[in-house]
Amino acid sequence: MSALSGGHGSELAGDVARFGHGSRIPGWDDPVDLTKEPAGIPDPALTPVPAELRARIEASMAKYPDFRSAAIPALHAAQDVHGWCSPEAIEQVACVMRLTPAYLTAVATFYDMFSTVPVGRQAVYVCTNISCSLRGADELYAAMQEAAGDDADLNVRAFECLGACDIAPMASVNGAYVGPLELADAATIVAQLRAGEEILPEKQLLRRKVADPRAASGGGDAAGDATQSAPADAPPASAEAEHNASAAKAPEADHSDAADRLFPDEDHGA
Amino acid sequence: MTELLLFRDIDEPGLATIDVYKRRGGYQSLERALRMPREEVLQNLLDSGLRGRGGAGFAMGKKVSFLPKGAIDKYLVCNADESEPGTFKDRELMQKSPHMLVEGMIIAAYAADANRSFIYIRGEYEQQAEILERAIAEAEAAGYLGERILGSDHSQSLVLHRGAGAYICGEETGLLDSLEGKRGNPRLKPPFPANQGLYQGPTLINNVETLATVPTIIKLGGSEYAKFGTETSTGTKLVSVSGNVQRPGNYEIELGIPSREIIYGLAGGPERGRDVKLWFPGGSSSPVLEKKDLDLPYDFDAMAKAGSMLGSGAIIVVDDSVRVVDVALKLAKFYRHESCGKCTPCREGTNWTVKMLQRVESGEATPMDLDIIASVQDQIMGNCLCVLGDAMAMPVSSMVVKFRDEFEAHIEERRAANGLGAPHFDAPLDAALHGAPSGVHA
Repeated sequence: MSALSGGHGSELAGDVARFGHGSRIPGWDDPVDLTKEPAGIPDPALTPVPAELRARIEASMAKYPDFRSAAIPALHAAQDVHGWCSPEAIEQVACVMRLTPAYLTAVATFYDMFSTVPVGRQAVYVCTNISCSLRGADELYAAMQEAAGDDADLNVRAFECLGACDIAPMASVNGAYVGPLELADAATIVAQLRAGEEILPEKQLLRRKVADPRAASGGGDAAGDATQSAPADAPPASAEAEHNASAAKAPEADHSDAADRLFPDEDHGA
Repeated sequence: MTELLLFRDIDEPGLATIDVYKRRGGYQSLERALRMPREEVLQNLLDSGLRGRGGAGFAMGKKVSFLPKGAIDKYLVCNADESEPGTFKDRELMQKSPHMLVEGMIIAAYAADANRSFIYIRGEYEQQAEILERAIAEAEAAGYLGERILGSDHSQSLVLHRGAGAYICGEETGLLDSLEGKRGNPRLKPPFPANQGLYQGPTLINNVETLATVPTIIKLGGSEYAKFGTETSTGTKLVSVSGNVQRPGNYEIELGIPSREIIYGLAGGPERGRDVKLWFPGGSSSPVLEKKDLDLPYDFDAMAKAGSMLGSGAIIVVDDSVRVVDVALKLAKFYRHESCGKCTPCREGTNWTVKMLQRVESGEATPMDLDIIASVQDQIMGNCLCVLGDAMAMPVSSMVVKFRDEFEAHIEERRAANGLGAPHFDAPLDAALHGAPSGVHA
């Protein structure tokens, strides 16, 4: 029987109490019960694992020369099923992968996307790193927190650079990148999440064209792609949106001479 | 010949599918490469002068040639853990032209004689991972991946591996540990990954953009590719411009053009009425440059000469409405959060820097704290297994040096606002610097 099963779950689930500056409040490391054996690899007979989760973990393990490489994919799978890396989830992964729960807990606590405390299933990551904060991400994050209120289903958190500074300020909503966001979008996102709708379709990153104007003009029939053009009836919501619209509309006019200067028709020989 | 090498067809609808990619000439470079001997492919990579696009700027062909020859398991790993703040070029490539990366990886693996390959993509790029997963499946179905590709003697598997959110996994050895299913702690080097990397085997690690450029190099020929750009910074480069500019986004430029052309010509510069205060030429880890540096050519050497680096090619522009203290604090907090904690100078140094900058911010600091900040940065630099600590130390110390006046003015202003008056530490500092101040004579 694993030491991680049963009543221990709730104890492990509690967050460590911390001071404002981040260090842990004394007592968080009250001595462990040294009379207890460390948790071993869980016994398959005593550890029920959902069939779908087992299949996903085993498929991941088969992909690598060393099965341990599947630790992160397996934890992703377990988090999808359980909502967070609960002791139960870790134990199930440990059981399938034949690793100790300690090994997997060490991995899970290292990575930002794994949560070892219960969180809402709807993940809203607001990027608050430098490029986004230069364009108002901190205010956006506050607005998003306020819009989400105390809804336990929503996991609104600030995140380090998400790699989409071109649509700053932005957020990743259940993995879908949206931006540039206005403060008013916070309430819309929350409403759409609750209604199970697609999040801000017109602000989805996947529908956005490359900023480089020459890429847009050189792309042949790229202009004919209906899904990528902004809806005609949506008025620009702000100066920034207006600006984006104009940049998309008339890239040649805006950039042609800049492009000529960059790449004059001369010999490229160095 | 077109000037856009990577972005030529980037907004072509359906480019992410193999049909459209092939219609646009895709996988022809692969077929060509597989007809060449391995040495010829490698020679093309060497001739191209292509330098790694991930940050360090190491010659890619040379890296390939470092791998030992012979019948041992070798690995190719694509570093798609694009987490450097301000960088989003790889995301654009993977989401719009995933086959370009896949094709480049097969050619590079052929040159290095590696049979197992992996793409380590950051966990946050869920949509991009899905797109890549589809592209890999298509390439497998078309016979570009698998056993004896296109009748050649080259066999290769390609596995997409999603990370889970850790900046440090962009560091190559941290990435390898993470790919092996561990915490992403960097390793001691040497041995370098070319000798002992993934699963202790020889491993070639390259950035997405680097590998995605490989098909173009084979298509043009290495020496033809080298005609783009400058002598030591060949080719085109994707630059991600962000921050206080009017048209943030990815642009493909020829290396060596004036930086001003990128920031003002392409990205539109700061809003009307604002001016560039400082800019990061290569991601948040590069030492900052000032307005006067805008006319420098944008290439590896010119940036190095100016005391900074081209890094990942991510230009972050900060305009004059922003306080430099806020920028420094934001950055330091990021690196504190992302430090893996393995090496003391980085783990403690990032934390101390944040605390000291917070004192500056809140007005509890004195100008002497600026010297201490600078000395802490000095002690981080070069003292850790990887360069995460350096990545904070370089921009922070450059900001403190270049904007010292502003830091001091800020301290004074906040002290006055807090009713603290002039810093009482000034007297001993003045005494040290200029001899004893008046009124203290015995």
